[in-house]
Amino acid sequence: METLPPHMRPERSFQGFILALQRFWAEQGCVILQPYDMEMGAGTFHPATTLRALGPKAWNAAYVQPSRRPKDGRYGENPNRLQHYYQFQVIMKPSPPNLQELYLKSLAAIGIDSAVHDIRFVEDDWESPTLGAWGLGWECWCDGMEVSQFTYFQQVAGVECAPVAGELTYGLERLAMYVQGVDRVYDLNFNGRDGADKVTYGDVFLQAEQEYSRHNFEYADTAMLFEQFKMAEDACKKYLAAGWQENKNLGGNQKEHLMALPAYDQCIKASHVFNLLDARGVISVTERQSYILRVRELAKACGEAWVHTEAGRAV
Amino acid sequence: MPDLLLELFSEEIPARMQAKAADDLRRMVTEKLVAEGLVYEGAKAFATPRRLALTVHGVPVRQPDLKEERRGPRVGGPDAAIQGFLKATGLASIGEAKIQPDKKGDFYIALIEKKGRATLDVLAEMLPVIVRTFPWPKSMRWGARSAKAGSLSWVRPLHAITATFGLETEEPDIVKFAVDGIEAAQTTYGHRFMAPAPINVRRFEDYEAKLLDAKVVLDPERRKDTILTDAKQLAFAQGFELVEDPNLLDEVAGLVEWPVVMMGTFEEEYLAIPDEVIRATIRNNQKCFVVKDPGTGKLTNKFVLTANIEASDGGKVIVAGNERVIRPRLSDAKFFYETDLKTKLEARLPKFENIVFHEKLGTQAERIKRIERLAAEIAPLVGADVEKAKRAARLAKADLLTEVVGEFPEVQGLMGKYYALAQGEDAAIAAACEDHYKPQGPNDRVPTDPISIAVALADKIDTLVGFWAIDEKPTGSKDPYALRRAALGVIRLIVENKLRLPVLAVAKSAIAGLSVKGDSAKLPADLLSFFADRLKVQLREQGARHDLVDAVFSLGGQDDLLLVVRRVEALGKFLDTDDGKNLLAGIKRASNILAIEEKRDKRTFDGTPSSALYSLPEEKALADAIDLVKVEASVAVMNEDFESAMSFMATLRPAVDAFFDKVKVNDDEPKVRENRLKLLNEIRSATRAVADFSRIEG
Repeated sequence: METLPPHMRPERSFQGFILALQRFWAEQGCVILQPYDMEMGAGTFHPATTLRALGPKAWNAAYVQPSRRPKDGRYGENPNRLQHYYQFQVIMKPSPPNLQELYLKSLAAIGIDSAVHDIRFVEDDWESPTLGAWGLGWECWCDGMEVSQFTYFQQVAGVECAPVAGELTYGLERLAMYVQGVDRVYDLNFNGRDGADKVTYGDVFLQAEQEYSRHNFEYADTAMLFEQFKMAEDACKKYLAAGWQENKNLGGNQKEHLMALPAYDQCIKASHVFNLLDARGVISVTERQSYILRVRELAKACGEAWVHTEAGRAV
Repeated sequence: MPDLLLELFSEEIPARMQAKAADDLRRMVTEKLVAEGLVYEGAKAFATPRRLALTVHGVPVRQPDLKEERRGPRVGGPDAAIQGFLKATGLASIGEAKIQPDKKGDFYIALIEKKGRATLDVLAEMLPVIVRTFPWPKSMRWGARSAKAGSLSWVRPLHAITATFGLETEEPDIVKFAVDGIEAAQTTYGHRFMAPAPINVRRFEDYEAKLLDAKVVLDPERRKDTILTDAKQLAFAQGFELVEDPNLLDEVAGLVEWPVVMMGTFEEEYLAIPDEVIRATIRNNQKCFVVKDPGTGKLTNKFVLTANIEASDGGKVIVAGNERVIRPRLSDAKFFYETDLKTKLEARLPKFENIVFHEKLGTQAERIKRIERLAAEIAPLVGADVEKAKRAARLAKADLLTEVVGEFPEVQGLMGKYYALAQGEDAAIAAACEDHYKPQGPNDRVPTDPISIAVALADKIDTLVGFWAIDEKPTGSKDPYALRRAALGVIRLIVENKLRLPVLAVAKSAIAGLSVKGDSAKLPADLLSFFADRLKVQLREQGARHDLVDAVFSLGGQDDLLLVVRRVEALGKFLDTDDGKNLLAGIKRASNILAIEEKRDKRTFDGTPSSALYSLPEEKALADAIDLVKVEASVAVMNEDFESAMSFMATLRPAVDAFFDKVKVNDDEPKVRENRLKLLNEIRSATRAVADFSRIEG
């Protein structure tokens, strides 16, 4: 870290912070992916986690994923709530025996020294009703603040994980705020420069937070969104149905699936559209449950398809 | 004798599971040892966030040898039977068996000697089974081995097992076993950050001492003690007093292996928030203690945190970090509280029209209306002002819609009181907002103010009749709507406030207010028997006999719970006397005879006996005694003086005894017999003025 120029140091610069995490996990053998090109509520939705967590093949990856939580918008007025923020996601399958140590080393790499900070693993069981997924793990605390989620996936998309993958999720803004010592997310130094050259998180995202809050709560076209949900759901089912075929090479009369990824895209789409409708307040409490179930059914069908693909199956 | 040391070293175990896990480990290992014939001297188990540890001392080196005689087939029996016998007993030939004669002939007897096994081998066999079948509330798989079915499940990944067995004076043996690739050994690890190096351990004494050197306090009681002592000391040094919190202490002790207690500060402006909200914020979110000023009893702007590390900078960064997290939390709480104060409680009520209380029981708004109506009915019976009780009932649930209660459900009711006071409500109405939830169980405070009592009873009775009407009664261990607690609450409110309340009538009125009716014919009686059951449980816990409760309830129409309790008390005292015991025996004898004769004649013997048919002086004497007691006892019962009623009953005893002594009930003359049975019936009915003695045991 000493060799880094000042503007790239993780405690000075948001981008330097992200780059430090990427470098660290690249060193551990992860493929460093770029964000998935669709709107989603959390990094877990990225097919590199949801689908790759399934099946017996080893998989190690890390990436930043912009996460959209339409309901969390605050028109840019809350110091740490955002409708769009970054998650840094790591997935390692099978979970290595030293995953906790690797995680602690990654904190050291971004300037959190475990000799002066109080780092704790506090029980937190993770469950995603929309993904049909659950796992056990912790919230990771640094001096009383939750800075990451650490989960051993037990089931994803309704399929038992065999082997189990370990998943780490870092809330980048919150961690960077802590490391930089700022109390308002928009004051984060984005590029690590000073004076006129300095670009803050607010310079990059404040206007977007204002505009999208307006959109999410007041103007998002609900008639279109209801239509989009239905279209995504239908498309997902259609692609899933079309993707199945016999594969004689697999022995017996095993089936394989040829379109799990495009089908899953439609599941991601449906999930995000549902979140938008929810933020607009047009889904009643009872309907809400049924929408969640519909997305889960799509996710489970995609998971089932995935374990019959080249990357998802045993041979 | 040798000792066993067992440690299961894992990733962080949830704090709430540690104590039970330690207990389960001790129980499973010692029960299995005893089942294997290995009686030990003592055992103790411990838990930290990263390990479960167990020491069992004074375990014999070997199991005792077992000698067993097994009886086989008859001498000269079929060959198949003899071969089977040889196979089952391990004898080489039938010549090795003894022959023993008995009444039925000569039989083969095998003497089987089972040599006791070395304890080390027994342990190696039982410990992996215990690990694999350990009852974690939730467990998981991990790592490469989880690709295969049947891989180990543990609460979080298990990394190492230490298992040694041996004498204090010798190098102990390692208990040789492996679970899912983890070999038992004698290596453990110290504190995650301060002493992570491997540690070689021999037996419990050096294990505990070496861990302490490696910054791990093994015993949770010791960690709790350190935290509590240091926290009190820190507060005291600044002239303050720690607000003790045993549940939080348990949790915090389960989050650290090396507790380091420090004090932080928050801005004084947050002290404008009610103390309970500050405490809930700091406790729930940050797992820190709060501190009060012993002079005023109010909180100060300090908090006490427990870190898991002696930081190289003395903890400055840790304290500053915690302060930075607590500040926005309190800022949120203050914002919620101030926002709440801007809206009057009654202005929130319309929102309840859109909130479903229960699918079949309508909205919260409907429920509040029912409680209000019921509270108004109960108010005069408990000495409360009707209008105030109605207003209290109307406002009591409104705080559920406030921001603070949304964030911290545990301050429901309390916030209602604060907001009611802030908007200038009568103090009794404000108090009812908090106290109508009480009592929440056998040890909670019972409200004494009539307004609170009226609303508390209305709330609980509405809940009970509602769930009864939709047939959601508690079954077995399932009581999702806490109906047992509600019924006990009603009982405690009535009995401890010495209230005279016709529960049945109130329940009927509550049922009439429901939109669902259920089986309204059966419902009130069914509910009353539920109260009787709860009352039995309650009285039994206080040491009273449950059969006495039955004896009183079976009189029928007993819906005045206070009188039921008084009757049971008087009955209990009476039955402790000789008069009571003998009278009970006499009444039971009368009841038994009647039961038999009623069955034989297929009729009852109601009606007044005819004095003309008395032929013996004992008959006449009994009849006179009954006539007198009937009047005296019923007057006493009317005056609710059950002790006097019992004393009058007691005067029956000599007449009853003499009657059974001298009079033959089943006389040959049918008319005399019938008359005597009627007289017996009179004993039974006279004594029913206080209780149904036939339901009393003994």
